[in-house]
Amino acid sequence: MAEANGHILSMQGIYKAFPGVQALEDVDFTLLRGEIRGLVGENGAGKSTLIRVLTGVERPDAGTMEFEGEQVLIRSPQHAQALGISTVYQEINLCPNLTVAENILIGRAPGKSWGIDWKAMNARAREILLGLDVDIDVTETLGSYSVALQQMAAIARALEISSAKVLILDEPTSSLDLHETRQLFDVMRKLRDQGMGIIFITHFLDQVYEVADRITVLRNGKLVGTYQAASLPRMELIAAMIGRILTEFDEMGKIKVESGKRIEGQALLQARGLGQTGEIEPFDLDLRMGEVVGLAGLLGSGRTEIAGLLFGVDKPDRGTVSVGGDPVRSFSPLASLKRGVGLCPEDRKAAGIVDDLTVRENIMLAVQASRGWFRFLSKQQQYEIADRYIQLLNIATPSADQPVKNLSGGNQQKVILARWLATNPQVLILDEPTRGVDVGAKAEIQKLVLSLAEEGKSILFISSELEEVLRTSHRIAVLRDREKVTEFAGAVDEQTVMRAMAGGGS
Amino acid sequence: MSATRTTSAWKRITESRLFYPLLALSLILLFDLLFVPGFFRIQVIEGNLYGSLIDILRNGSTIMLLGIGMTLVLASGGGGVDLSVGAVMAITSSVAAILMNPVIIGVKLPPDLLRFINDPNFTFAPLWEVILVSLIVATLCGLWNGVLVAYARIQPMVATLILMIAGRGIAQLITNGVRIQIFYEPYAFLGNGWLVLPFPLFIAVFVFAVAWIMTRKTAIGMFVESVGIGSRSSFFSGINEKRVKLLAYSFCGFCAGVAGLVASSNIRTSDASNTGLYSELDAILAVVIGGTLMSGGRFSLLASMIGALVIQATVTSMYAVGVPANAILAIKGLVVVFVLLLYAEQIRSLIRRFTGQRRVQPS
Repeated sequence: MAEANGHILSMQGIYKAFPGVQALEDVDFTLLRGEIRGLVGENGAGKSTLIRVLTGVERPDAGTMEFEGEQVLIRSPQHAQALGISTVYQEINLCPNLTVAENILIGRAPGKSWGIDWKAMNARAREILLGLDVDIDVTETLGSYSVALQQMAAIARALEISSAKVLILDEPTSSLDLHETRQLFDVMRKLRDQGMGIIFITHFLDQVYEVADRITVLRNGKLVGTYQAASLPRMELIAAMIGRILTEFDEMGKIKVESGKRIEGQALLQARGLGQTGEIEPFDLDLRMGEVVGLAGLLGSGRTEIAGLLFGVDKPDRGTVSVGGDPVRSFSPLASLKRGVGLCPEDRKAAGIVDDLTVRENIMLAVQASRGWFRFLSKQQQYEIADRYIQLLNIATPSADQPVKNLSGGNQQKVILARWLATNPQVLILDEPTRGVDVGAKAEIQKLVLSLAEEGKSILFISSELEEVLRTSHRIAVLRDREKVTEFAGAVDEQTVMRAMAGGGS
Repeated sequence: MSATRTTSAWKRITESRLFYPLLALSLILLFDLLFVPGFFRIQVIEGNLYGSLIDILRNGSTIMLLGIGMTLVLASGGGGVDLSVGAVMAITSSVAAILMNPVIIGVKLPPDLLRFINDPNFTFAPLWEVILVSLIVATLCGLWNGVLVAYARIQPMVATLILMIAGRGIAQLITNGVRIQIFYEPYAFLGNGWLVLPFPLFIAVFVFAVAWIMTRKTAIGMFVESVGIGSRSSFFSGINEKRVKLLAYSFCGFCAGVAGLVASSNIRTSDASNTGLYSELDAILAVVIGGTLMSGGRFSLLASMIGALVIQATVTSMYAVGVPANAILAIKGLVVVFVLLLYAEQIRSLIRRFTGQRRVQPS
């Protein structure tokens, strides 16, 4: 087994700069055969850039790479694949309108010199998926399956490409539920035991500990260190990632208790029997001034649907909703904006950021939409507002003129928050505001939510991380199977809420 | 990070949206300088300027006008394109002609009207009315496209194809299938007049100024770009994406109307079947040469104007070196391919390597 434990991949002294940012600085990275390596760090720490260099998307400014003992310069993603380095990205890069089998095997479909042997192709795709313990109809279009299953298809595709020797998983679990995550981990362990080197990037520290053998920490483009997972205390890991000790979480508890005292009795937003057939059963919901209401529930339990109804993306077909005592008649984002209701949507890429616009323009959009076409804020006013929020929310960007697509996920999320805060909303609906965001930014966002509540705003906080719902919310509404099942006020423990989410009294 | 002042200035120039259109234009003019004697000669006759360069400005005005409107339509995204601008030009010219000279269409008019037919001062409706009504009709045509695209959610190419086909028929119906000659001199001035420089150029510059103020001094430009890049994100931010598209298509119709007036004034006829024929393609090319993506998003009106000049300069140059009219379309195609190659990332990185620059943005 001496050979199996040798280096499969080694990177030395990697440098990479983008305008205004030194994304990687003298980073060394070695991966062994048959190991699962956790790669962690805050947003902008350089994880993605390192992966992009490794997979040939970007060329390093300096540094050397060795693959299986030979010096290589990875020229392109195709080249990386040919070498045996496969990647599954955070955002699924597959075609939802093709079948699952086509997605997995496209470009390498079995068949004669012309045409495709569809039968063989479907059988092969099925076989690969069964290897991952996924049993689905591979002739259905990919888009008809849940994000989790699409993710599995993406992994299957990555495995199928060449004979992968290194598998890179970039935030593969961000949209998977517990069972699916377990399933994925089983597959990862199996592949590891076959001698594959796996790089696992995630923000979930629990998962890193669960599955990784060693953990590499990056911070601000520099390598902090590589540690044995079994012998690294969690607090030390967090300290390594953010470079300071986390006292914010304790602090937050105090703020929450303090702000909880100031909640007004009257509801700012009131939903009565609000529902949309097939999407969400009728529900009642009150948001009071200065209150953070958490929405807990599993993926697909109706959280996003509630957000959509309250914000007017979708039209309810029954029930009423009122804001500040006035019944709502017109349902549209623009009407909500004018009522002082804002939404940070779940799907940050498609419904949140406008990627080619600058940070400034992205922050201005909602304010300008509420002012209409002609009351245009001057450039100077725009910069003032943008710079104020860049500072306030601590958005890491070289300037307000940077296209927002160049920012890391957490900073993009802050830009969307800034967009809504700039409109000075009364009610703010946050749908998964911390998804794909690192520990430091997560704490910042949670703190911000509480401080907004302190200012007297009502917040509806939606998250699939129960821990953070519990930490931030004064009251928690629980959803199950597109129905609001119960509500908890005051202190409540995780187990109770989980039982309510799961249902069946177990 | 140790970039010297000169390289960063050079970078600013090459990163500018105007760089590639201007580069293309200069290359064509360089060709003229080398191979077409007298191309740059400008004569002054009665205080007005004449010459090949002036011809480019004059004949390019229609493409410029169309390009301005087309820029907004392309930028508004969702496969936005307006194929009907040529047909709208034809409709506009028919409306204008019928307003000035209604005698021909078989309506019973007093016989003494016939006396005025060759009179350069005769018009049935006053000039302002002719222009106003024609442009309203053109804008309504654009509005129709906009409704089909934004509200009926028909794909832009299909939606505007309807008016592209039907428009010429409508233009024929308006004049009862007759080509109406235009004798009215003030109207003819729109396309043929000179105030030192050709008058159509002033019209194009004026419409450009209006469009520039409309898009850059109000929120409209930002909204068009935002909708063009991410319509769903824009919708979630409270932008009424339908109204933005409606405006873009209506304005495109308006621009086509102005172009139609200039074109019909130029040939002093309303010609329903030939006015603006294939000009939608020129307009789209002008915008694409100007660097606005067919998929929408960031746009530059000035770059589209230069794009229009690139096309017209090509045509004028080819005439000047004596390429037969039939072959010009083929040459035009070559130039377009060349300019679009300048936009291809592979070629650009080659240019950058040549000029010693590194790749700048992570895509």
